[in-house]
Amino acid sequence: MPASQETLDTIALTRAEYDLIVEKLDREPNEVELGLFGALWSEHCGYKHSKPLLGLFPTTGEAVQVEAGQENAGVVDIGDGLSIVFKAESHNHPSAVEPYQGAATGVGGIIRDILAMGARPIALLNSLRFGPLDDARNRFLFDGVVRGISGYGNCIGIPDVGGEIVFADAYSGNPLVNAMCIGLLRDGELMSAAAKTPGSVLLAVGSATGRDGIHGASGLASRTFSGGDDSEMRPTVQVGDPFLEKVLIEACLEAAKSGHLEGLQDMGAAGLTSSAIECAERGGTGLEINVDAVPRREEGMTAYDVMLSESQERMLLIVKEGHEGPVSEIFERWDLHVSNIGTVTDDGIARIFENGKIVAEVSVETLVAAPRYRPGGTRPAYLDALHAQPLPSEPNPEMAGQLLLNLLGSPNIASRRSVYRQYDHEVQTNTLAKPGAGDAAIVRIRGTQKAIAIAIDGNGRHAYLEPYTGGAMAVAEACRNVVCAGGTPLAITDCLNFGDPTKPDVYYQLEEAIKGMSAACEALGVPVISGNVSLFNESAGEAIYPTPVVGAVGLLLDATTKLTAGFTNQGDVVLLLGDPTTGLAGSEYLAHEYDQVSGQPTIDLAAEASLQKLVVALADDRLLHSAHDSADGGLAVAIAECAIIGELGFVGDVPEMDRWDAALFGEAPSRIVVSCASTDADVIIRRAAELGVPAERLGEVGGQRFTIYDDLDLPLADLIDAHANGLDRALGTA
Amino acid sequence: MSSRFAIVVFPGTWSDVDWHHAITGVLGAEADYVFHKQTDLSGFDAVVLPGGFSYGDYLRPGAIAHLSPVMRSVIDFAASGGPVIGSCNGFQVLCESGLLPGALMRNQSLQFRCQPQHLLVERSAAPFTSMTKAGQVISIPVSHGDGNYYADPEILESMEANGQIAFRYCDATGAVTEAANPNGSLHNIAGVTNEAGNVLGLMPHPERVVEPELGGTDGLLFLRSMLDALHEHAV
Repeated sequence: MPASQETLDTIALTRAEYDLIVEKLDREPNEVELGLFGALWSEHCGYKHSKPLLGLFPTTGEAVQVEAGQENAGVVDIGDGLSIVFKAESHNHPSAVEPYQGAATGVGGIIRDILAMGARPIALLNSLRFGPLDDARNRFLFDGVVRGISGYGNCIGIPDVGGEIVFADAYSGNPLVNAMCIGLLRDGELMSAAAKTPGSVLLAVGSATGRDGIHGASGLASRTFSGGDDSEMRPTVQVGDPFLEKVLIEACLEAAKSGHLEGLQDMGAAGLTSSAIECAERGGTGLEINVDAVPRREEGMTAYDVMLSESQERMLLIVKEGHEGPVSEIFERWDLHVSNIGTVTDDGIARIFENGKIVAEVSVETLVAAPRYRPGGTRPAYLDALHAQPLPSEPNPEMAGQLLLNLLGSPNIASRRSVYRQYDHEVQTNTLAKPGAGDAAIVRIRGTQKAIAIAIDGNGRHAYLEPYTGGAMAVAEACRNVVCAGGTPLAITDCLNFGDPTKPDVYYQLEEAIKGMSAACEALGVPVISGNVSLFNESAGEAIYPTPVVGAVGLLLDATTKLTAGFTNQGDVVLLLGDPTTGLAGSEYLAHEYDQVSGQPTIDLAAEASLQKLVVALADDRLLHSAHDSADGGLAVAIAECAIIGELGFVGDVPEMDRWDAALFGEAPSRIVVSCASTDADVIIRRAAELGVPAERLGEVGGQRFTIYDDLDLPLADLIDAHANGLDRALGTA
Repeated sequence: MSSRFAIVVFPGTWSDVDWHHAITGVLGAEADYVFHKQTDLSGFDAVVLPGGFSYGDYLRPGAIAHLSPVMRSVIDFAASGGPVIGSCNGFQVLCESGLLPGALMRNQSLQFRCQPQHLLVERSAAPFTSMTKAGQVISIPVSHGDGNYYADPEILESMEANGQIAFRYCDATGAVTEAANPNGSLHNIAGVTNEAGNVLGLMPHPERVVEPELGGTDGLLFLRSMLDALHEHAV
């Protein structure tokens, strides 16, 4: 009997997709089989609307050992017999419904992706978006998400070293929670999530399986919100147990080193279904799963429930035949239960057994062959209107000081200390640059001279105003942040957060952003090694800003060449590297002061590449004392942040523009503020000229005032106060 | 003979590796991990109970861990005068096991706090603080959600009288103020000892500040004090 519309709605498959399944099977699927298809053909697992576009990303490079899409995360070589594994993943929809557990399980999930590669997780970051804090619901979401990240991450002993938080109307009701995890891998310890050898045994370890999270991938992550009461969705959000995850990490890493495993896989979105089927797909095999052997949390669960549960903290081990005993011993030492739930077969068929009977029998190839859609986009009409929108008239120059203080204290620019002090950012004792110190976190690689710099960044407002440019700018800024820490960018990961791709406007945004990101990757020589796509981010029919978020990892061959943002020495010279020209397009200044989102952001990728190359070279030669990119709030805010972090004043000037407010607060990319010994300034300017990078002397570090000639002159203490307490003031907790 | 530290590992412990690095990589002494199911502490000169979330802090921080087999041996080790230091979760386990008086409750803010922290040294005494001076201000970071020290008034009074308060939270000048207290601890208490002085519990993390590139080296004051005491003892 054909599936009812109600059934299809529950698993979020269309009638046409159902018909395609019937055609491929040459029969109607039964209920369990339909559940498998619903999960694997969901947007979340099947990448139906994004896969053709993701093919545009450059994915290869000299250092790349595992490319995007091959495994749970990408891998890059850093020499000394070591590799770095990293990936970012979104948990937007669960966090919108239940912020604490949504964020907590987002952290848990990305850690298991890294663990599945056999790597020791060494750092976490997160990129968050919320609606404005003057709304009680947004405050609730913000508070819950931060507590969830804190509650889960702190328990598990992985430092949360950095991230970003942005507030804008477009995220009201649909917050973004993107988590990134970085792991360290020794040569020879790389694990694959592949079941290659028929006869190998499938062992489930970790948490027992409950009814939580059923339809998480299909029903929750792959649809939009009504804008009304979404509390009925709550049972699709899972509950995390970070203690169990911590123990799982230790036991799985021990097992991975034991030589008894053929593969290791996280049971994440779509649970056992996607983890097992993906392993079979990668290995070119089939498998048999006996659901009766899967430990349950409650009675009365069906094969359907067991296969689709998204209970957290579960891993799937593919164990070499006959090696189950020693593997079980490792897990039992950690008081973890191991269950033999099936075997790998050679016929390419996934067979699910319950009570000795086959309850599903479908070829792996068919299950993973989700349809691909490239519906085509239309350039949204709003773009021309916003590009042409007139700027507000130039304010009275006497306002400059007050405007700078306003911006420093605004929710998007103010210090994040009240958030990051809730995250353990020091455990593992390798954090060389802590949150708030610079543009990227720096984590040393013990046993070597090396360190890695890590940043995560994205600007939805820029992408909204020009999706192609916004995509390119996200890649450029994440890499620029790494460069400002002294690191050479190695590779990136991404979370593509967009609305409903079946709408031509949204599809246009998605396609253009990916094209822009790809162009930036090519220009900067950084491949994409992992990532995830989160579509249908809409609330009450309104899409979020198109928000490509990019996580970048860079390498410092010598950790002692690291840079942070704060000024370090009285009398140092402050320089601006990069083309100083800027307008006010897409600026925080326009958004915060005039509630205006307008203009057409631009980026020159060749100039960006030269700038980044220059700063890395200067850092390597120890010519710089600090580096900070000019981003949100523009040049005046960037210099002020250097002064605030270093607790040292500044006296100087900024390059003149056609409007004084653009000169201070314009947000053209590809500009870096550096400080250096006064004796080195000329060398730096000459080196910049050799690479064709404009360089300009801005002023000098010193004193306890912040002075930009003709514009403003403030006590440094006023800047520090505005910046330190801005977020608490917005939350009403100051 | 070089000194050997036992680093106890409960399920959920995460500062174990950091202590191991501080002791073996920086201090140059010997250290071994002791899994919570082990009971043999022979051959060890000192015991470290590191930070973390043993058993996920479920029920109460330290409440389940103190029932682990290894803790009977730790209690015997302490009774025979061996030095035992518990930091963060280790402090909580020491209180739960009765080796130290008092209890650690949720931070008053109800939030986790990870930040640099000034501490006022109350006593310079072997085996933990001989390298410091009474009244010295040191900087050791905190990272905890349950560090709010509580003891009954009469117990607190006797602890003060016995000199069992090892450190108090203070500001950069050494002033013991409410603003400098990260968790609401009574009397700004950051660390306490038993009456005999051979068991120390503290919420801050000395193992995190043993190298200048990590932001300080005040943590070495503890480790060097302990090493010094062990050498004295051996001679």
